[in-house]
Amino acid sequence: MNARVFAAAVAEPETQGDRSRRARWTLLALAAGLLAVAVLSLGQGALPVPPDRIVGILASAVGLGDAARFNHFEMHVVLHLRLPRLLLAMLVGSALAVSGAALQGLFRNPLADPGLVGVSAGAALGAVTVIVLGATWLHGMTAWLGIYTLPIAAFIGGLAATLLVYRLAQQGGYTPVATLLLAGIAINAVAGAGTGLLTFIADDQQLRSLTFWTMGSLGGASWSNLAAAAPLILLPMLALPVLAMAMNAFLLGESVAQHLGVRVEHIKILVVTLTAMAVGAAVAVSGIIGFVGLVVPHLLRLWMGPDHRYLLPGSALLGAFLLLLADLLARNVVAPAELPIGLITALVGGPFFLALLLRRRGMYS
Amino acid sequence: MNVLRRRVLLGGLLGLFGVAPVAVPAASRSGRVISVGGSVTETVFALGAAERLVGVDTSSIFPEAARSLPQVGYQRVLSAEGILSLQPTLLLADEQAGPASVITQIRAAGLPVDTVPSARSREEVVERIHLIGQSLHRDAAAQALAGAVDQRLEAVEQALAHQDQRPRVILLLAHGRGSPLAAGRDTQGEAMIRMAGGQNALHGFRGYKPVSPEAVVAAAPEVVVLPEQSVEALGGMDAALAASGLDATPAARHGRVVVLDMLYLLGMGPRTGEAVTELALAFHPALRPGRIP
Repeated sequence: MNARVFAAAVAEPETQGDRSRRARWTLLALAAGLLAVAVLSLGQGALPVPPDRIVGILASAVGLGDAARFNHFEMHVVLHLRLPRLLLAMLVGSALAVSGAALQGLFRNPLADPGLVGVSAGAALGAVTVIVLGATWLHGMTAWLGIYTLPIAAFIGGLAATLLVYRLAQQGGYTPVATLLLAGIAINAVAGAGTGLLTFIADDQQLRSLTFWTMGSLGGASWSNLAAAAPLILLPMLALPVLAMAMNAFLLGESVAQHLGVRVEHIKILVVTLTAMAVGAAVAVSGIIGFVGLVVPHLLRLWMGPDHRYLLPGSALLGAFLLLLADLLARNVVAPAELPIGLITALVGGPFFLALLLRRRGMYS
Repeated sequence: MNVLRRRVLLGGLLGLFGVAPVAVPAASRSGRVISVGGSVTETVFALGAAERLVGVDTSSIFPEAARSLPQVGYQRVLSAEGILSLQPTLLLADEQAGPASVITQIRAAGLPVDTVPSARSREEVVERIHLIGQSLHRDAAAQALAGAVDQRLEAVEQALAHQDQRPRVILLLAHGRGSPLAAGRDTQGEAMIRMAGGQNALHGFRGYKPVSPEAVVAAAPEVVVLPEQSVEALGGMDAALAASGLDATPAARHGRVVVLDMLYLLGMGPRTGEAVTELALAFHPALRPGRIP
């Protein structure tokens, strides 16, 4: 979807009304779908817990009813494994999808996905640096930032990667697809090399936690890492939609946006920082999970148009929905073992990405 | 861990005097066991406690019967709920099991987790068996098994005392294309070489690190040790030798390449005595098999 298509869509007043009505219904449907898959997710797992007991356990957790009648494992699985994991899947899914939508708007380019353009890899490099050097070189920082060390290091890595890719790929107000993807490849390679180097000097103990970053997993979810990631994800989730109108103006081109009174540079910096924050926090708690940021905004744009006022909240809902669904599959298909979640998102996302390239082949040449 | 170590020591001492260790609330705790780690599972079988196993990880491939137990996945990517769903009363796991966050989750759920530390010496191999026996309340069986392993390793040690030569050995792991990993300092691989009376020709680094064919040639090993699985991954013996620069080493020229099953070679479990014996005979042709009981 290039700048002209975006611009036409935003500028056409007749379709605007239909679209926003459709968009509002879509948001409502997505919220309902998310709720349904959340309930399903809480109910399904390797350990069978009947629905009435789940309700009872949840009730007892908030002080209603007697906790003593529940088996200890059941209680723990529902309250300390499934519930934080469910919330984490939703947070990470919406962080990736909203960041994807925002980056695509910023670059005016449909292939800007945190994974493809290297933001996730940069964030992973930041996190891996802390894991390997945290006890020695970066000790002061680790001691000072506590549980936020990892998300903040990932944020810094993601921010550096975004700024770099932006500098590399921007040409006079627009971003050619080829340059963007090539810059993404380069950044992924450099970040991968950095991670590889750290892997080489890591000891065995650290190496074990490193494999997690390349695979992507929600298996480590707990209330404490949820607490660490939530503020850093929720802030961008709430702040980005505020910028929706400015981002819409962006779609018309930077100079037009400037004439419309949008403070272009200001907005750019805000969007880049907020997305890097969300992706950084997501990567810090779940490793690199690909394709969510690419697929989700695309589906929505095809369905309800490019208006960021609906696209951003819609992406948050659909991203949460899809990642939760993927995690539900990952946890249950080969139980009691678990599939890597990145495998499922790539399985859906890869073919989708190819189809997208095929359909739009003409536009990029 | 320390508590467990102390208990083992106590158990061992009491065992010496023929007194059974104090009965801890035992039966309930070790009734349904999940074992993670190839040689941990092997030891559970060797101690005759296999009927208590309700799940194992994918590295538990020996004995054959272990393969038919429910799988909880690869030892480094375990799933907390998956493990809890088998309703275990004990998770017996190699130190390598993880990720750490999942082990923490499992402990927090109230499931006892006994971790078995890695072994890199005769004493530690023996201790591993004691620890597993202690954890399963099979102290007597562990005493017997550990004694047998220790005796075997000691016999090799004594036989080697009469040998002056310490041949230069390297141990490589390969998973297909790319440089193979060589066993450096502080690895089970180096421990096996040392126990069998060789010296590690690649001791300039810690852990398993990739080495170039050139470095392999420069190390000039007299003997090369390869796991069977690596030879298979590289497409047979000839391909394995050519791929990693081994064909230019004295070891390959004199046909001194030892190929053993991975778990047998590096497991540090009940069969380690046999594995060390086999290696020692390969390192020291002058040793007659009869000299080692």
